[in-house]
Amino acid sequence: MSNPEEKLGVDEFGRDPHVLLRVIAKFLIPLIALFAFYVQFHGDYGPGGGFQAGVILAASVILYALIFGLAEAKKAFPPRLIRYGMTLGVILYGGTGVVNLILGGEFLNYSNLASDSIAGQHYGILAVELGVLVTVTTVMIAIFYAFGSRQPETSDEDW
Amino acid sequence: MSDLFLQYNYIIVIILMMTGLYIVFASRNLIKKLAGLSVFQTSVFLLYITIGKVSGGQPPILIEDKGYGADKDGHALLEGTIQTAAGGASYILPGPGSDVLYSNPLPHVLILTAIVVGVATLSIGLALTVRIREVYRTIEEDEIEAADFIYNLEGTAD
Amino acid sequence: MSFLEFVPDWLLAHGPAFLMALPLIMAAITAILPNKRVAWTSTFIVTAILTVTAFTIALYNAEVGTTIYKMGGWAPPHGISLVIDALNAPVVVLIALMSLITVIYALPATVAEIKPNKRAPFYAAFLLCTAGLLGMTVTGDAFNVFVFLEVSSISTYVLVAMGAARDRRALSAAYNYLILGSIGATFFVIGVGFLYMETGTLNMADMARILADLDGGSRVAKIAFGFIVIGLGLKLAMFPLHTWLPGAYAYSPTPVAAFLASTATKAALYLLLRFTFFVFDPSYSYVADVLMFVLVGLGVVGMIFASLQAIFQTDVRRMLAYSSVAQVGYMLLGIGIATTASVAAGYLHLLNHAIIKGGLFLAIGAMWYRFGITRTEDFRGLGKTMPLTMGAFTVSGLSLIGVPFTAGFVSKVNLTFAAADSGWWWAVAVIMVTSILALIYIGRLLLVAYFQSPPVVNGEVVVRNEAPIAMLLPMWTLALASVFVGIWSDTMVGMAIRAAELLLGAG
Repeated sequence: MSNPEEKLGVDEFGRDPHVLLRVIAKFLIPLIALFAFYVQFHGDYGPGGGFQAGVILAASVILYALIFGLAEAKKAFPPRLIRYGMTLGVILYGGTGVVNLILGGEFLNYSNLASDSIAGQHYGILAVELGVLVTVTTVMIAIFYAFGSRQPETSDEDW
Repeated sequence: MSDLFLQYNYIIVIILMMTGLYIVFASRNLIKKLAGLSVFQTSVFLLYITIGKVSGGQPPILIEDKGYGADKDGHALLEGTIQTAAGGASYILPGPGSDVLYSNPLPHVLILTAIVVGVATLSIGLALTVRIREVYRTIEEDEIEAADFIYNLEGTAD
Repeated sequence: MSFLEFVPDWLLAHGPAFLMALPLIMAAITAILPNKRVAWTSTFIVTAILTVTAFTIALYNAEVGTTIYKMGGWAPPHGISLVIDALNAPVVVLIALMSLITVIYALPATVAEIKPNKRAPFYAAFLLCTAGLLGMTVTGDAFNVFVFLEVSSISTYVLVAMGAARDRRALSAAYNYLILGSIGATFFVIGVGFLYMETGTLNMADMARILADLDGGSRVAKIAFGFIVIGLGLKLAMFPLHTWLPGAYAYSPTPVAAFLASTATKAALYLLLRFTFFVFDPSYSYVADVLMFVLVGLGVVGMIFASLQAIFQTDVRRMLAYSSVAQVGYMLLGIGIATTASVAAGYLHLLNHAIIKGGLFLAIGAMWYRFGITRTEDFRGLGKTMPLTMGAFTVSGLSLIGVPFTAGFVSKVNLTFAAADSGWWWAVAVIMVTSILALIYIGRLLLVAYFQSPPVVNGEVVVRNEAPIAMLLPMWTLALASVFVGIWSDTMVGMAIRAAELLLGAG
C-alpha cells in the first residue's frame, strides 16, 4: 500500500507516472459530459434520450474516479447526494405523471401541461427524460461506488 | 436453402441464443454464467430490432419538409402527409400515399427498456457474486456447494 | 354497495394508475428515509392505502364490469391500457392485502433479521416488489407485463438475498433464482416478440381479436405460445422448472418468504390464465395440445413428486416450499382440463392457497423469531410453549390438507367435481393421493408439536414464550380467513366462476 502522506501520483523523483492519463482525462471529462447533454436534448430529433445520456454522463464521472482515485471522486460527487439523486429522478418522472393527474387528464397524459396540446407533449417528454437522466446517472455512479468500495485500491507499485 | 440465407438475421439470433443458454448451463463460474445470460439477452434484442427493419426504409426519424425541389411542372418531389409540429417545423409522415418509407420505431423503444432491465439484472447478479466471494472466498459453484454441504445435511446453520 | 358512494370520483376513475404509481414513487422516497421506524410507517401507510384502493376497485368492478384505463390518454391499441375485469380484480385485492399483512408482520421480524442500516432499503425493495406485482396484474399490454414482471422479480432477488444476515445460503439461493428467473423472463419476452411479429400489436385484447381472425395464426403464433408458457412456467414454479423455489423460500427473511409464497407465483399463474384463455383460445389445436399434455402432465407429475419430496425434508421451510410446488400442480391441473368449472376451481385454489401458505409461513417465521428453530424435530412441545402460534399453524395446515370447513377443502372439492365431470377419473385419484401425502407431512409436524413434551435446554424445560402481537395478528387473520372461506364460500366461489366465465365464455 502506498504511503498516505505521499502526494498522490508522485514517485521518488517528483515525477508523476500517470501524467499523460491525467492531462488527457482533465481535457476529456468535460467534453464527455457536454456530449451527454447533447445526446439528452437531441433525443427528440435523433437517437438519444435519457438512458443513453445518463450512461454517458455517468461514464465521465467513472473516468474521473478511475484516473484520480475513488476518494477524490467521492469528494466531488458525495455518495449521499447520489442517493438523493436516485430518488429525485424517480420523483421527477412520477411527479410529472401525478401533475398530469391533477391537471385533469389521465396519468402521464402530457397534453394538459400547456395550452397547446402539442407543446404540452413536448414539455412532458422533456420533464420525464430529465427524470430518466438523473436516475440513470446516479444509479450508474452508485453501482460503481458500491463495487469500487469493496476492494482495496490498487497501489501505485502494482500498476 | 436460399430462403435460409435471406433470413440470416434469425440464424444469428438462434446461434447467439443457444450459445448464451449453453454458457449459463455449462459454466461453473458465477461470472461466466452472468456473461452467458448477457449473451442470451443480447440475442433477444437482435431479434426485436431486426424485425423492425422495413426493406428500403429510412431510420424512424421524421424527415423535415424543406421543399426538396420541384420538377419542371412544379410538383414537389417528395409527397406525403405533412404534420406541423410545435415551433412551426413541418415533417413528412409515413402512411399510404407517402413517398417516405420509415422503419418501425416501436421495437427500438421496447429494446431500450429491455436493455435497461438487462443492465439492472446484471448489476444485481454481480453484486451477489461479490457478496458470495466475500462469504465463501470462492466463486466456483461446485466449491460453494461443497462448502454448504454440512449446512444442507444438518438443515440448519448450527 | 353504499361504500362506493363515499369514495371520491377520481379514485374510481384513476384507480388502476394509482395502484401502479403510488408504490413506485413511495419506494424511491422510502429508500432515503433516515429512521427505520419512519420507513416502516411509510410502508404501512402505502400498503394500507393500496388495500383500500384495491377493495374499492374490485367492488366497482363487480358493479360496472370491465373497465379500461388509457394510460397517457392514448387509446389502445396505440397506447398502454390498464384493464380491471373479473379475472384480475381478486388477484389485485390479494396482492394488496398480503402486502399489508406482511408489513404488519415485518415490524418485529425485521428487527431480528435485517441490519438496522438496511431496513429502509428493505422496505423500499418490498414496495417495489408490490408495485411490480400490481402493475403486472392490472396491465393490458403484453410488453408492459414483461417490464413489471422484471421489476417485481429483480426486487425479489434483492429481498431474498437480504436473508444472508441470518443464513448465508440465501446468497447462492438468490443467485440461482436470478439466473433462472432472468431466463424465464427472457423466454417470455421472446414469446411476446413473436406475437408482435404475428399480430402487429402489443395490446392483449387486440391480439386476441387478430388471432381469432387468423384462426389460431401460423407457426409463429404456435412458437410464441410455447415460449410464453415456458417463460411463465418458470416464474410460477411448474415442475421441473421449480428448482429455484425451495432455496428462495427457505433462506429469505420470513416476511419475504410469506409475501412471495402468497403472491409471486399467483401473479404468474394469473398471467398464464390470461395468455392461455384470453389472448390465445383453447379452441386452437396447439393450445389444446399444450393444455392437455404439458400443463396437465407436468402439473400432475409436480403434484406427486413435490409432495413426496416435501415428506423427506428435515427443514420446515423447505418442506413448505415443496408443498407450494405441489399446490401449483393442482392449479395447473385445473387450468389444463379447460372447462369452466375446472378453471374456476383452479382459480379458486389460487386465491385459497395464497391465504393458506401465507399463514403457514408467517407461523413458522414466528417460531424462528422466538426460538430460532427450523428443523422438524425442534418442533417438540410447541403446542405448549407457543400455543397461539401453533394454533394458527394447525388451522392453516388442516386447510392445506383439505379438512372440511376450511378453504382447502372447498377448492379441492370443486377441482374433484370438475375433473369427475369431464371424466378424468385418474385426476381424481391423483388429487386424493396428494391429499394423503399432504396429511403425512403436515400431520408429522402436528404430532411432534402436540404430543411430545418441550425440550430440555441447559437443564430446564422450555417455558411458554409466545410470539409478539404484531406477528400473531396477521397469522391469525389468515388462519381465520381460510376457515371463513371454508364455511361461507359463496363469495369466493362466485368470484372464481365469474373469472372463469370471462375467460371461457368470451372464447
